[in-house]
Amino acid sequence: MVLQTIWFILVTILFIGFFFLEGFDYGVGMWLPFLGKKDEERRAILNTFGPFWNSNEVWMLTAGGAMFASFPHVYATLFSGFYLALVLMLVALILRGVAIEYRSKRESLKWRSAWDWLIFFGSALPALLWGVAVGNLMRGFPIDENMHYWGGLLPLLNPYSLLGGVVFVALFLMHGANFLALKLEGEMAERARQVGFKTWIVATVLTVAFVIWTFFETDILTKPGINGLIPAVLAAVALLLVGYFRNAKRDGWAFVMGSLTVVFATIMVFAGLYPRILISTIKPEYSLTIANASSTPYTLTIMTIVAFIFVPIVLAYLGWTYWVFRKRIGLDKKVFVY
Amino acid sequence: MDALILARWQFAITTIFHFFFVPLTLGLSIFIAILETKYVRSGDERFKKMAKFWGTIFLINFAMGVVTGIVQEFQFGLNWSEYARFMGDIFGAPLAIEALLAFYLESTFIGVWLFGWEKISKKAHLASAWLMALGANISALWILIANSFMQHPVGYALEGGRAVMKNFFALLGNPNVWYQFPHVLSAGVAMAGFVVMAFSAWHILRKQDEAIFRTSFRWAAVYALIGAVLVGVIGHFQGQFLVEHQPLKMAAAEALWETEQPAGFAVIAGIDERRQTNTFELKIPGMLSFLSYNNFTGKVEGIKDLQAAAEAQYGPGNYIPPVALNFWSFRIMVGAGLAMVVLALLAVLWSHGKQEIANKKGFLKVIQWAPILPYLAGTFGWVMAETGRWPWIVFGLQKIEDAISPNVPAWNIAFSLVALGVLYGVLSIVAVNLALKYGTSAIQSQEPAPAVAD
Ligand code: HDD
Ligand code: HEM
Ligand code: HEM
Repeated sequence: MVLQTIWFILVTILFIGFFFLEGFDYGVGMWLPFLGKKDEERRAILNTFGPFWNSNEVWMLTAGGAMFASFPHVYATLFSGFYLALVLMLVALILRGVAIEYRSKRESLKWRSAWDWLIFFGSALPALLWGVAVGNLMRGFPIDENMHYWGGLLPLLNPYSLLGGVVFVALFLMHGANFLALKLEGEMAERARQVGFKTWIVATVLTVAFVIWTFFETDILTKPGINGLIPAVLAAVALLLVGYFRNAKRDGWAFVMGSLTVVFATIMVFAGLYPRILISTIKPEYSLTIANASSTPYTLTIMTIVAFIFVPIVLAYLGWTYWVFRKRIGLDKKVFVY
Repeated sequence: MDALILARWQFAITTIFHFFFVPLTLGLSIFIAILETKYVRSGDERFKKMAKFWGTIFLINFAMGVVTGIVQEFQFGLNWSEYARFMGDIFGAPLAIEALLAFYLESTFIGVWLFGWEKISKKAHLASAWLMALGANISALWILIANSFMQHPVGYALEGGRAVMKNFFALLGNPNVWYQFPHVLSAGVAMAGFVVMAFSAWHILRKQDEAIFRTSFRWAAVYALIGAVLVGVIGHFQGQFLVEHQPLKMAAAEALWETEQPAGFAVIAGIDERRQTNTFELKIPGMLSFLSYNNFTGKVEGIKDLQAAAEAQYGPGNYIPPVALNFWSFRIMVGAGLAMVVLALLAVLWSHGKQEIANKKGFLKVIQWAPILPYLAGTFGWVMAETGRWPWIVFGLQKIEDAISPNVPAWNIAFSLVALGVLYGVLSIVAVNLALKYGTSAIQSQEPAPAVAD
């Protein structure tokens, strides 16, 4: 159980990293066509996450791989069960990745604007779908005694989970605007601050509604033992502080508080699930838990050693790159990278 | 069509697309790091220009490798959930390690390399070039460790209907990996050499930035020759390993129905799979014995005997992979490989010493088209490796039909197959066009300009 719990925590950490980092990436992608009025402005916006977006996406790949290694049944049940949703997300991510790399490779404005809309779409759809997926994870879905979910896409699109999707989009828009306010110069940063404040209001209202609904719809906040209540409160406090700092034009602090909101919200979800990973609504015994879905202790031990050696190294060089590229980005075309 | 066939087509198509872009990443990343090393050591600006020029091609290709790779990471859960359950204890580990060790390294330092030219010291920039090459190739190593287990399972036990890992280091030491990885790596080196030569030939023929591209050509010719020779030599030993461990794959690749001693090598053959015989064949006597055992008298077992042996070992069933497909895939790969050795050798001879490659116009025209060879060889090499394993998804342990997700309806698979197939097809065309545009434009006009109205 100790090893399984370690891996539950490690997978949680990977999802925290993913939602925190890709969260603002998706936000930036969604803001791109709206905040970037001219070609140079869009280029500047893309340059804010240029060196990072690919490694940010790797958090998702690593979370997927780690889930495969530590809880193969979860990997198998979740991805075969959420099949069409995942395929749609993959299509969106493929278009997004190619668009970011190729949009400046031709001079034509039409070419660039077409790819820019694909970046928008490729950021918005995954944000929405991840929210829907997390909603369903918290609510549970009908998994049978053989760990299979047969229901297809439609039952996953229930109102509660759809609201989860909208909340994710709103939070990531806010998070992305905070990032842009921190990374852009002058008038563009000012624009990001303004939309950041407006989306903060929307995101707060939606999040509060979603958390209240979660209280009635799921046991995430109320289950005896470990549950998501404390992280939910911390996330709420951080979210309120975003508004305060946003209003005070403290870019750094607004971004930190937005990040903490995402971090605590993710912890809320996983703490509320523990020790289950996929909740069955047919019978609680059919749920996939850290005990019945995991790899053998041998594999988990090997993976723990690998993780304890390499995660710190990875974090060190990731931190270093954020330091190297810490400067704000202006409209000086000479320093753009395409 | 039933789900199994659709799922297999989907895997084949998505993986082949992925591998269409991967080997160039493997080989070109190292080539760029070598050029940049030369630049930092000598201070010769031409090498910086070259590194940047090939870097653009590299990035256009890399983007496609990345996005097609994302699908790979989730594919085993999508269509092959029972495979994921059966193999998760073993297969998940190398996949997760690949992400942790390789993907972070590669994606981070590509960012640093691209955005860092004026921001970090020359030495740090050079280090990031080598780290990105290292990341790409570590990625290949770990994914091949995973694939090698499917080809040749080691260090495992069967418990409660699942394969479980007993010895992680046996996985790393799997002999299959140590044929497969060098073979794939040198295939990448050869491919990069040929791609660089082809674009260089284009410029030399048009006298555009001739001095720089002559140098590129000369370096790439040597690089291609090293890769092409190694890939052939290693492939030979890999084949011998197969004769021992996956004899049916090798027998199918030779269309050898009956056991022979000594065995001849069929250069071409008319294969009748239904009647299990060849209508005609052009054979080099004793050659297959030599390729299999390094002597001209060894006995090589034929498909029919091996099928009987497999039935005795695994129970009744058909264990014969698609013979014609394997036979021709193998010949396309080996034929392309031999042609590459010849072309690379000529390219080295005619671009070094007193020779002036710009005078060999006909040869340069051929070289412009030569990258087709490594792409064909790489793709058909994998077609052979993967279809020759039939009916096993994990050799001797799990059959393909037992691996598929039971809860995914066929139309879902059909939908994703069409969606991904069309998307990959369109994006690949875009990518190849961009690569051609950048690869054939003059070095001065490499810096992308601001937008203009259409
Ligand atoms: C540029 C690409 C390239 C070239 C020129 C060659 N190969 Fe290859 N070959 C591959 C690229 C490749 C590959 C795509 O990378 C494969 C697929 C699986 C693998 O390990 O490498 C492969 C597989 C593969 C296999 C099957 C391995 C298995 O099923 O596990 C054999 C026996 C050979 N090769 C042998 C050769 C020989 C004798 C060659 C002589 C010239 C040769 N290859 C040239
Ligand atoms: C680590 C790497 C790889 C793994 C784990 C892997 C695994 C698999 C799996 C699960 C299947 C489906 C079962 C089947 O239909 O046989 C398959 C089939 C296939 N794979 Fe791979 N593969 C790998 C690499 C590649 C590469 C790089 C290529 C080609 C470029 C490739 C080409 C194919 C093809 C053509 C099939 C279809 C075989 C068939 O339908 O019988 N594979 N492989
Ligand atoms: C079938 C199993 C495979 C899986 C699950 C897989 C997974 C992935 C993923 C997720 C990426 C994107 C990484 C990023 O975002 O940076 C990727 C890229 C890459 N993969 Fe694969 N891959 C497979 C087969 C292969 C094979 C057989 C090779 C090499 C022999 C390979 C070598 C690479 C390399 C070098 C990259 C770097 C990006 C590029 O292709 O340009 N992969 N792979």
